[in-house]
Amino acid sequence: MSLLSFTPNPLAWAVSIALAWGAVGLAGLAAPRNVGYVGRVLFPIGAVLAVGLAVVALSALGGAPQSVVLPIGLPQLPFHLRIDALSAFFLLLIGAVGAGISIYAAGYFRPGEGTPAGLQCLLYHVFLASMALVVMADDGYSFMVAWETMALSSFFLVTSDHRHAEVRRAGYLYLLVAHVGAIAILLAFGILQNGTGDYAFANMRAQHHGGAWAAAAFFLALFGFGAKAGLLPLHIWLPEAHPAAPSPVSAMMSGVMLKTAVYGFLRVAFDLLHATVWWWGVVVLAFGLSTALYGVIFSAVQSDMKRLLAYSSIENIGILFVGIGLAIVFHGFDMKVLAALAMTAALYHCLSHASFKSLLFLCTGAVLHATHERSLGKLGGLIHRMPWVAWLALIGVIASAGLPPLNGFVSEWLLLQSFLFTPQLPHGYIHMFMPLAAAGVVLTAALAGYVMVKFFGVIFLGQPREEKLDEARDAGTLERIGLVWLASLCVTLGLFPVQVIGMIDSATTLLVGRGLGKALDTRAWWLLAPISADRASYSPALFLIVIAIALALGFLGVRAFYHHRTRQGPPWGCGFPLLNPRMQDTAEGFGQPIREIFQPFFRMRRELPSPFDAQPRYRVTVEDHLWYWLYLPIAKAAEFGTRLVTPLQQGRIGIYLLYSFCTLLLLLMFVR
Amino acid sequence: MNPAALTLQLLELVMALLLAPLLMGWVNQCRAWTQNRKAPPITQPFRLLAKLFEKDVVLAYNASSLFRFVPYMLFACMALVCVIVPVLSTDLPFSPAADVIALVGIFALARLFIALAGMDVGTAFGGLGSRREMLIGFLAEPALLMVFFTASLISRSTALPTIVESLAHREFVIYPSLAFAGVAFILVSLAENARIPVDNPTTHLELTMIHEAMILEYSGRHLALIEWAAALKLYAYFSLGFGLFFPWGIPQGTGVGNVAMALPALLLKLAAGGFLLALIETLSAKMRVFRAPEFLGMAFLLAVIGMLVHMLLEVPA
Repeated sequence: MSLLSFTPNPLAWAVSIALAWGAVGLAGLAAPRNVGYVGRVLFPIGAVLAVGLAVVALSALGGAPQSVVLPIGLPQLPFHLRIDALSAFFLLLIGAVGAGISIYAAGYFRPGEGTPAGLQCLLYHVFLASMALVVMADDGYSFMVAWETMALSSFFLVTSDHRHAEVRRAGYLYLLVAHVGAIAILLAFGILQNGTGDYAFANMRAQHHGGAWAAAAFFLALFGFGAKAGLLPLHIWLPEAHPAAPSPVSAMMSGVMLKTAVYGFLRVAFDLLHATVWWWGVVVLAFGLSTALYGVIFSAVQSDMKRLLAYSSIENIGILFVGIGLAIVFHGFDMKVLAALAMTAALYHCLSHASFKSLLFLCTGAVLHATHERSLGKLGGLIHRMPWVAWLALIGVIASAGLPPLNGFVSEWLLLQSFLFTPQLPHGYIHMFMPLAAAGVVLTAALAGYVMVKFFGVIFLGQPREEKLDEARDAGTLERIGLVWLASLCVTLGLFPVQVIGMIDSATTLLVGRGLGKALDTRAWWLLAPISADRASYSPALFLIVIAIALALGFLGVRAFYHHRTRQGPPWGCGFPLLNPRMQDTAEGFGQPIREIFQPFFRMRRELPSPFDAQPRYRVTVEDHLWYWLYLPIAKAAEFGTRLVTPLQQGRIGIYLLYSFCTLLLLLMFVR
Repeated sequence: MNPAALTLQLLELVMALLLAPLLMGWVNQCRAWTQNRKAPPITQPFRLLAKLFEKDVVLAYNASSLFRFVPYMLFACMALVCVIVPVLSTDLPFSPAADVIALVGIFALARLFIALAGMDVGTAFGGLGSRREMLIGFLAEPALLMVFFTASLISRSTALPTIVESLAHREFVIYPSLAFAGVAFILVSLAENARIPVDNPTTHLELTMIHEAMILEYSGRHLALIEWAAALKLYAYFSLGFGLFFPWGIPQGTGVGNVAMALPALLLKLAAGGFLLALIETLSAKMRVFRAPEFLGMAFLLAVIGMLVHMLLEVPA
């Protein structure tokens, strides 16, 4: 199948779009410092390409798998590419969300900020193209090449403000964890090819693995992809790297890149390995649930808005993995419809999280540009100055808090529905613990609401905490288009779950052997009723209509029967006249109940002022126990190891040549 | 859509709008009696609403459009809840719109909006109230959902009409799990409706108020809508409790005879429930805010025990 033939071939189109992204990126180098050219010309082209990719992916979702072998790469190791339903689903995600982020980025880059815009444009588009290639790769080799390109391009994007030491540190941590993960993925592929030496996914799929080897491959994949996704305890890089990057890049990493890790895990676990051992699912579920709780609890105590969102991403990844774990459990007991239900919940949450989290990150970007402030303690009252950003952020906030009628609720609802079927599991203990896991999911969702109230309330509501906030300007036109695009994605995904589930059904079928679409009760297009309508149903459209009618009637009724006189006056505040913005609840104050209740989770240091201090200072720092319990010991061990080999480092070229010579000799002795 | 069912649906909504303030009045009356005070008339909440609707709204200078939108949103959310919960019949055209999980979602949506409104003007009390409200919210939500889970494991459904039908119209079986769930539900309802011992709806004491602190800046018609929504919420919790634990008297059909039978049953149950609430409020004292996690943790544990009891004792092996 030649790439040059212009048949309606989704694979050819997708590859061309990836290549076109590369070309757009390279075009940025022509005038790297010309923000007008890069922003107004190149990024919009990238956005159009992304929309194209989404359309192509949509057409590929229902079609048969297609594959192609590209004659590039090393001799004997050509690139195998393939689009099946799973790849198409993730291409759709990359395209649809990438389009919004790209058009926003078109208006975002300003002259004189960090790396020149042209260079960022190159890295950004290489990042996009490599993500598309990751989900299309059909052999271990091309997968790893795309995976590493993705890691490196995003590393350089994260460190675009490399003048700050903490940004460099964040980038380094990210690179380190990404590579530890990559090694595990490579090892997993090594096991999967089962000694045949052929790393094509088709070959891996055909192999039958013994119990222990299969488990080893599974858990290596969980480790490797979990590192990229931010699964506990490998989440440590995420809250450092995501805030450090420019906001469109944070949005891209949180919204889209984390999903490629989910893709990789699904590909290995279900497609290549046919996960059928139920306790693997329990392990994944346990990791997912602890990640979700950990993420949301830490998210609630953050006072930097982008860190707060980064922790919230960890939480969402946790919920995703809970869904996947549950699907594995059901799959292991051969309960196909229920596995499809849990898997649909997970895939739906991929789409939901991608849309609302990138929306929120872009909103923080707009706030950051308008105020140059990331700390929640110095924001406030921005709904007056930035109404567009505020109201669009509110959509993201409702979605992220998992509230009806938006998209976050749909996936949560599906997940809880699948939990309600766990008493049917044939295993004695499992079916009792599962409902407790459901309680954990609900607690996470409820805490997410807390976090989102804090996020939105402290940034956009109240009085401005600094004087300079009065000069904040709303987002520009291109930025608004990007935000509106993502917000409408959230709304669409929220209101039309039946249609969306019908669309992604082929991906579910590929993974667990059965789709949810046939099990859906199709009495009405607007009614989402998995399994049966008597059992459970949810209709966001009806939901919204009733609320809208009640709103309208309430509003009109009050006006018709009474009056609409309104007077303005100073805030009442229980009659306290000397109110100033400093007396509002702060981000720290809002996190205080969480710090109190979940105290054992945090490593906290408090500096309390004494009553006699002339200038009292209150400071509280919250850190992660895992950093001290897990990472610092590893770092110390590594440092100790390097000190042991220091004597080898003599700094003279002759000595190093001698080492090489000795190594060669040894190799010749042993290998020959 | 069947016109009889639609009429009944509307009737349910109108009845909720009228009965909710009356229920408030009844609870206040009972409380006054149990505390040896002279009771206000049962229609007092209506007088309050009428007075508030007549008054001008005094808006703070820096109140945003969100602040003015929230009372209507709150009212709409609670109206939706009252549309969904089966009271007069289980055959309601709008009830497929949301099951119990979505119902928890609506309550959470309303809570999010009121908490945001509390932070909008930027007074010290507003933020404090919002924070506490969200604290109570995230503690109560898992417990409430566990209660619903127990009920839906018994009836194999999360759709409210199916739950009510299967509990009311199957052969009579005593479920010990529902006893635990019932106690948990009462604890959660107290917390969610800002009643003693978690919150006190009648005071404006700075240190303890939660719900009142959030709505401190509201006045006139906005406040009236919020008060009405709060009454609707209490009414909705009562109807939910009746549906889950005392579903007898809620008919399946939509005939006039059915409704005529359901209405007295409902009034009787509301009267008894309201008296019980007043009794609880009279007999207990308001607790510190940081005791609320223990209180709701207990509710959560009771609900979980209920569920485990169901799995151990009630599921046929």
